[in-house]
Amino acid sequence: MTAATTEQVMTINMGPQHPSTHGVLRLLLELDGETVVKVTPDIGYLHRGIEKLAEHKTYHQFIPLTDRLDYLAPMSNNMGYALAVEKLLDIEVPKRAQYIRVIMCELTRISSHLLWLATHALDIGAMTVFFYTFRERETINDLFEMVAGARMNLSYIRIGGVAKDLPDGFIEKTREFINTFLARLKDYETLLTKNKIWLMRTKGVGVVSAEDAINYGLSGPCIRGSGVRWDVRKSEPYSSYDEMDFLVPVGENGDVYDRYLVRLEEMRQSNEIVRQAMDNLPEGEYIADIPDVALPKKENLKQSMESLIHHFKVVTGGICPPAGEVYACVEAPKGELGYYIVSDGSKNPYRIKIRPPSFVNLEVLEKMVVGSLLADVVAVIGSLDIVLGEIDR
Amino acid sequence: MTEDATIGKRLKAKFPDAVIGGKSFRGELTININKDYIQRAAKFLCEDSESDFDYLSDLCGVDLSRLERSNNFEVVYHLYSIKLNHRVRLKVKIPASDPSIDTVTNVWKTADWHEREAYDMFGIIFKGHPNLQRILTPEGFEGHPLRKDYPLKGRQPETLKGIYRKGQE
Repeated sequence: MTAATTEQVMTINMGPQHPSTHGVLRLLLELDGETVVKVTPDIGYLHRGIEKLAEHKTYHQFIPLTDRLDYLAPMSNNMGYALAVEKLLDIEVPKRAQYIRVIMCELTRISSHLLWLATHALDIGAMTVFFYTFRERETINDLFEMVAGARMNLSYIRIGGVAKDLPDGFIEKTREFINTFLARLKDYETLLTKNKIWLMRTKGVGVVSAEDAINYGLSGPCIRGSGVRWDVRKSEPYSSYDEMDFLVPVGENGDVYDRYLVRLEEMRQSNEIVRQAMDNLPEGEYIADIPDVALPKKENLKQSMESLIHHFKVVTGGICPPAGEVYACVEAPKGELGYYIVSDGSKNPYRIKIRPPSFVNLEVLEKMVVGSLLADVVAVIGSLDIVLGEIDR
Repeated sequence: MTEDATIGKRLKAKFPDAVIGGKSFRGELTININKDYIQRAAKFLCEDSESDFDYLSDLCGVDLSRLERSNNFEVVYHLYSIKLNHRVRLKVKIPASDPSIDTVTNVWKTADWHEREAYDMFGIIFKGHPNLQRILTPEGFEGHPLRKDYPLKGRQPETLKGIYRKGQE
């Protein structure tokens, strides 16, 4: 297929209801034959005004809204927000809660990457992977259901800790999962990593150099695919990540294939982190004992009048952190997820700005696909791993 | 934190009028920048080898009208250096009556969409931006939803219905 066979440029509309745009992304493609001349992403179809809503909610009330940003990684969203509020309040989270958070965030990363792998491969035509990864995702969803009672919108990580302690049987079930997961991961690799069609569709496609990746603000696996060894968990460790032993995989060429390899290796590392966190899980409290800020333990509510009062006060009155501003970020499965909170000292945040990794990662799309074929656009979108929930907010 | 203090000092040495003030809260350094200097300050901080802020984490607007009763907007830049692993926050105050500021897209390309979002949400004009259009709200949307005087429930239905009807004809 040679490029520029005709002089005519045709405009084609892709999305917002196109299966390979991963949600409601709309692309205005200008094509010369099959070659992309220009691409204009049109976003905002899922804009719900979460940042505006935040200004009218108390700090605790906002947590369920964070689930709905990157709905494939609710734990990471909760985590970033909780960290920001905790930084604003200047409170310490118990060690056990930190470890539980790590377990949850890494399971989330695996779950999110599994969905990415499933859809990415499906887009390129490798359908089988989808069925395998969804089997593992199902197990993770079961685990989440055990701890949070929900499968998608978890709101499990709270200000000062987590909603409740790990239930009986969780550790065993998770151990079972991580023990089998490495072999499963190998299965996926057998299907794809040396698959000739896969290589042809992904190698040398959607290349972005390390310099451009930094300048365009890429983060997460996208920037690491270009060879930049930067991971927020390593550079600015939060929640005891400095006590975990893991590697940050990087690619070399910055193409779709390298981003694929990076994510696969990340799942392996996450698996190890979960194992370490469970092995070293400290005893202690799962939420900080700061009655005017953190919610009291649920199990005490029926026995202790004081707990009930604290709960009532925190829920109805909200918490009033000191006036000031903080920015806290976490390494979400998609990249650097940041929360910038401005507080005026009242119970509602004055302003919350969310820095969604997908929003910034999508910006580079045009740079990646101009000059390549229409079919490559699908591969590149898949490799960026975008979620429109957090792009549009 | 000594390192943090030098960032402001170096910037001040280069552009004495650029730095209006600064403070540190919860271990985060904030530098207030004079509106006219933002592009030069950004370029300097990006290229200077001792600060080396090669990465723009975030850029956003804040409506200060209910915070300080000052009728100002603020543009907030969160810079990060991948090489040196440090952060700084730049804040620029602009009057709500004339909300315009120079773009930083020539320093960090990632600023493109961030600035479009700030324009969409607050109506802040970024001078020199290559394509300053609304990004999250639909075409024909009126007003800037994150301004404090914009109602939570929105104002759009009537005007937008008209636009969609026009499109169908």
